[in-house]
Amino acid sequence: MTIMPLTVPKWGLSMTEGSVVAFHATPGDRVAAGEELYELETSKIANGVEAPASGVLRRWLAVPGQVLPVGALVGILADETVSDAELDAFVAGFVITDSGPGAPDAAPEYRSIDIDGLSIRYQLLAPAAATGAPLVLLHGFGGDLHNWLLNADPPAAHRRVYLLDLPGHGGSSKVGGDLAALAATVSGFLRALEPGAVNLGGHSLGAAVALQLALSDPSRVLSLALIAPAGLGERINSGYIGGFLRAGRHRDLKPVVEMLFHDQGLVTREMIEDLLKARRIDGAEAALRAIASAVFPEGRQAVDFRDRLVELAMPVLIVRGAEDAIIPPEPFAGLPGNFQVETIPDCGHMPHLEAASAVNRAIAGILR
Amino acid sequence: MATKSYRQALNEALAHEMRRDPDVVIMGEDVAGGAGGTGEVDAYGGPLGVTKGLIHEFGAGRVIDTPITESAIMGMAAGCAMTGLRPVAELMFADFLGVCLDPIYNQAAKFRYMFGGKARTPLVVRTTIGAGFRAAAQHSQSPYHLFTSIPGLKVVLPSNAYDAKGLLIQAIRDDDPVIFLEHKLLYDTVAEVPDEAYVIPFGEAAITRTGKDVTVVAMSRMVHFANEVADRLLAERIAVEVVDPRTTSPLDLDTIIESVSKTGRLVLIDESANRCSVAADIAALVAEHAFTALKAPIRLVLPPHTPVPFAPILEDAYIPGPARLEAAIRSIL
Repeated sequence: MTIMPLTVPKWGLSMTEGSVVAFHATPGDRVAAGEELYELETSKIANGVEAPASGVLRRWLAVPGQVLPVGALVGILADETVSDAELDAFVAGFVITDSGPGAPDAAPEYRSIDIDGLSIRYQLLAPAAATGAPLVLLHGFGGDLHNWLLNADPPAAHRRVYLLDLPGHGGSSKVGGDLAALAATVSGFLRALEPGAVNLGGHSLGAAVALQLALSDPSRVLSLALIAPAGLGERINSGYIGGFLRAGRHRDLKPVVEMLFHDQGLVTREMIEDLLKARRIDGAEAALRAIASAVFPEGRQAVDFRDRLVELAMPVLIVRGAEDAIIPPEPFAGLPGNFQVETIPDCGHMPHLEAASAVNRAIAGILR
Repeated sequence: MATKSYRQALNEALAHEMRRDPDVVIMGEDVAGGAGGTGEVDAYGGPLGVTKGLIHEFGAGRVIDTPITESAIMGMAAGCAMTGLRPVAELMFADFLGVCLDPIYNQAAKFRYMFGGKARTPLVVRTTIGAGFRAAAQHSQSPYHLFTSIPGLKVVLPSNAYDAKGLLIQAIRDDDPVIFLEHKLLYDTVAEVPDEAYVIPFGEAAITRTGKDVTVVAMSRMVHFANEVADRLLAERIAVEVVDPRTTSPLDLDTIIESVSKTGRLVLIDESANRCSVAADIAALVAEHAFTALKAPIRLVLPPHTPVPFAPILEDAYIPGPARLEAAIRSIL
């Protein structure tokens, strides 16, 4: 191994800079690939940054609290054999480039497509040469495609990744519907853009939509990644759904959104603002109410797919937070061998944000 | 979502509401472009171009050019509002409010109250404020402190293009008279603005920078100065929280007090006036309701008690700017 720069990663479209919160390793430490080296905070979220490879942490080039642009040098991994003079030369010659790990990627543009009269907004992340089947990710209730900011880039290195806004959400038409209607729209989206089979992933409501689609049209789905899924039990925190629908102001929405996370410090002002911006659009609130009353009527889930899981033959990943306060993890018994269930400790309803690395690794393991 | 100017955001808000509700009408000087002049339609689209293009879609019956008679514009608008329309009246410069104050101050603002809640007055007065436009003492003032003191009026000060669209749509849908004050030097500023219609509720402040060391309350163009200073001071590890009330009536005092309770320090920057300003009003409210939270005196960054000068050097010195704001912040840290 020669010199491996540790640079500020880009999480999501709008990230331009990040602030170093704390270091978890000290220069001289031997670190393993995947080990969390430091905590980085952006206006959207805080998250740990992992070692891209194994090696010796030789230097930190930032201090906690420092704000750095995407792609900037935070530290250096290198073997003991690399001299200090070589490190000095590397640092002196380092420039933020358009390629290489953590480089500021061109932001994927928003696109939209008409599906059965609904305008569906989406983003497509496409590698230069795809070697795997596409991945389509569906966000949860009240969310939008930006919820995948920590998860879309790793799979996009090898395959096309589609992030779409479900009807009633984000930049899509503000129309409500039950699980079958939402799944029909996603099915139409797939027919229009990816006629072959795809890997399908979803969070919460989006996971229930993915389940519905996989059950009704199994030949289209190569693998299924279900993150904190709805649709696998009757229980749901009706206080959350009701509170989310009622809260029109920042002050009221914050405690509701905090219920999503085990580490409530992850809830940033910008996260709440983004939710409010989506809610303020004409028709958004009515569409969310329509979806909630169809999918979560009277404080419970309308559809429970647990009895039908045995019908699924593709690899299925279920990831849940042990401390999920929205959909409490139900015990599963007698799942076939194509199911992999992971319960992440100290994690709430948003494992893909709270434990992004673990979730990304688990998803990578089932993609076809 | 696309990047749009403050001017374009306002134009979109007007177009959305005119499409949605046939009772929405626009009236003002040259809003369609030069009646009585060359006869060219849409020559101006308002003196600053905000209503440009609307006459082609909505016609001269809903985009009404008026004579240069502010008292007639406001009288007509107040009457229209009371009798079932939803007028958006344009007052070219807020400085002209003196000649047309009665329909606003002594009529529209009082109808709901005097008729026991049975009268609605869904009137929007769009007008411009702000020094720095090299337009001299009679076209450069920011008299929102006067409107804020009048019960029955809602007073809106959008500081950016996103807020401008959402607040103007809310203003048009609101059943009370709303004074909507656009800063002349913000029309070309840009922000991400959704294509769809959306509303921002009145009485909800925006926090444009978060910080734990000092709270800055700023409105309209002053928000940009406050953000600029906050970003600069962050390099010295001074974390400034910037609160933009968005509306001075109703005022989101809760958010201001919540912020001051965290930081213990308050600086206000306000272009309205040296005496009886909105800043002075908010400072008094914070002193009354959250005195024990304060660790230092409240500082006000205001223009001097003079007319807006015409000489450019003097006009620039008149405007409360980032340098004075930064000095005020440092003086209480």
